[in-house]
Amino acid sequence: MELNTLSVKELLEGYQAKTFSPLEVVDAYADAIKQENPALNAYILETVDVAKSQIDESAQGSLANVPMALKDVFSTEGIETTACSNILKGFKPPYNAPVVDRLYDQGAILLGKVNTDEFTCGASSETSAFGVTKNPANLECVAGGSSGGSAAAVAANLCAFSMGTDTGGSIRQPASFCGSVGLKVTYGRVPRSGVISMASSLDTVGALTKTVYDAALVLGAIAGSHRLDTTAPNVKVDAYLGGINNSIKGMRIGLPKEYFSESVEPDVRARVMEAVEVLKNEGAIIKEVSLPMTKYGVAVYYIISPSEVSSNMARFDGVRYGPRLGEDPQDLYEFYLKNRGKGFGPEMKRRIMMGTYALSAGYYDAYYLKAQKVRTLICQDFEQVFEEVDVLAAPVSPFPAFKIGAKSDDPVAMYNADALTIPSAIAGLPGLSVPCGNTTDGLPVGLQLMSPQWSEAKLLNVGHAYEMAGR
Amino acid sequence: MSDVKITKEVVQRIAHLARLELSEAEVAKFAGQLQDILGAIEILAEVDTEGVKPTAQVTGLTNIFEEDKVIDFVEDKKRLLGNVDGEVIDNQVVVPSVFNS
Repeated sequence: MELNTLSVKELLEGYQAKTFSPLEVVDAYADAIKQENPALNAYILETVDVAKSQIDESAQGSLANVPMALKDVFSTEGIETTACSNILKGFKPPYNAPVVDRLYDQGAILLGKVNTDEFTCGASSETSAFGVTKNPANLECVAGGSSGGSAAAVAANLCAFSMGTDTGGSIRQPASFCGSVGLKVTYGRVPRSGVISMASSLDTVGALTKTVYDAALVLGAIAGSHRLDTTAPNVKVDAYLGGINNSIKGMRIGLPKEYFSESVEPDVRARVMEAVEVLKNEGAIIKEVSLPMTKYGVAVYYIISPSEVSSNMARFDGVRYGPRLGEDPQDLYEFYLKNRGKGFGPEMKRRIMMGTYALSAGYYDAYYLKAQKVRTLICQDFEQVFEEVDVLAAPVSPFPAFKIGAKSDDPVAMYNADALTIPSAIAGLPGLSVPCGNTTDGLPVGLQLMSPQWSEAKLLNVGHAYEMAGR
Repeated sequence: MSDVKITKEVVQRIAHLARLELSEAEVAKFAGQLQDILGAIEILAEVDTEGVKPTAQVTGLTNIFEEDKVIDFVEDKKRLLGNVDGEVIDNQVVVPSVFNS
């Protein structure tokens, strides 16, 4: 038995039956990381020693002794956390993010920190200061992004599950590119405090896993409001595993026609439609629906998110953390210019400038305010469609993983990679990416399921039904 | 929005506002790329937003209140200041002067 290939559920069952020990499991992962990581570059900091020290055979939590990887934006006390940016090289947080504490409280143990686009800004992990993460299915292709390290680590069996963040698709898209399961939660379902911010009105925290069942298991450990996150409302946390085996007979599943346009590659569309057929055979009622505002999603997102990025990035100035990169600056202004000019990579500079421009005097109404109004219309689009159907099914991405470098010089093409994940993020909805087969070139394809706010349980129920029937 | 032209001077002005030092090559590159991005965003002009309210928060949350109670913050100052890449005097971070003397 290859211990590192087991799901979280299988690990917990094995520990219970004493088929193997946590130390044997950590050793299996340590070997796999040593073997595979140099080619993949999923981990940027390996902490096997920490994982070993955290093993507690008497632990009773829902994730007791389960080895995980954290995207490098999760603050970990005393363990370097850089957001994969030179501007935070060497930063050791003085505390854990509350979500990390929740995972530790349930007994999860830390194998290491994994790669992301710099400050989670990107769709390919190519903007990381640590270099690109390669796709386990094809090393010439990207793992996707921004949670590329998280998705590749799960797909290559270098951890039992990983944590990521999704602002415009950053969990779902890399999960689909690598063939892992990725759950983006409702905005505010999981506390963001201590997770380095990108765009505060959009950022969400979620898990990447090997199965939908595991996604439900991890969500149960991390969901719920927290006093340090004033954007996480006190909404009841469902028993995500409780209803996961429910029949989906009679469930109304909508196919938004705008998500199956000509820009979606035929192979991707074919795999997604095969998955829809499986759901139909399970008793779901399939119906074509329309979300006419879909085509404005990317434009809205690329005003709102850079604007919020530009204000969130203002704190990185080299005063309290991060390296001071200028030689003998003459005054504070020059000190800021040098630290930020040398510390941020090209994509961060682009987004900071785009946001600064959109928020600057004279342009606010034309850009930010206009985008916020169209955001309202996108939200209404979804509200109306969820009167007709319970869940939406669509591709995660119009295409499978692309070649490294193929889009890195064309920001607009890179931004369009998120065209099918952005609209639901703008509306704060949950979304699930479930592997649904491969293209003829052997690249994974993801089925995207979306549902109303706070209905993760329904999403996981449908995803699990597909996964069980598809096997 | 449509008549906006992103010149090198515009890029330099934004970079100043954002406190980013850019090389000449970066200024030229970003001028073209920001122009492209603004071009892609222009599609929003065709949406009629007359009378539509802006959305800043999607879950309808307005406020979260906490009991007005003192919680001791016992934190080691050394640890909080431990990431400063420079001089710290009396728990104060030393930076260059605001005005160039």
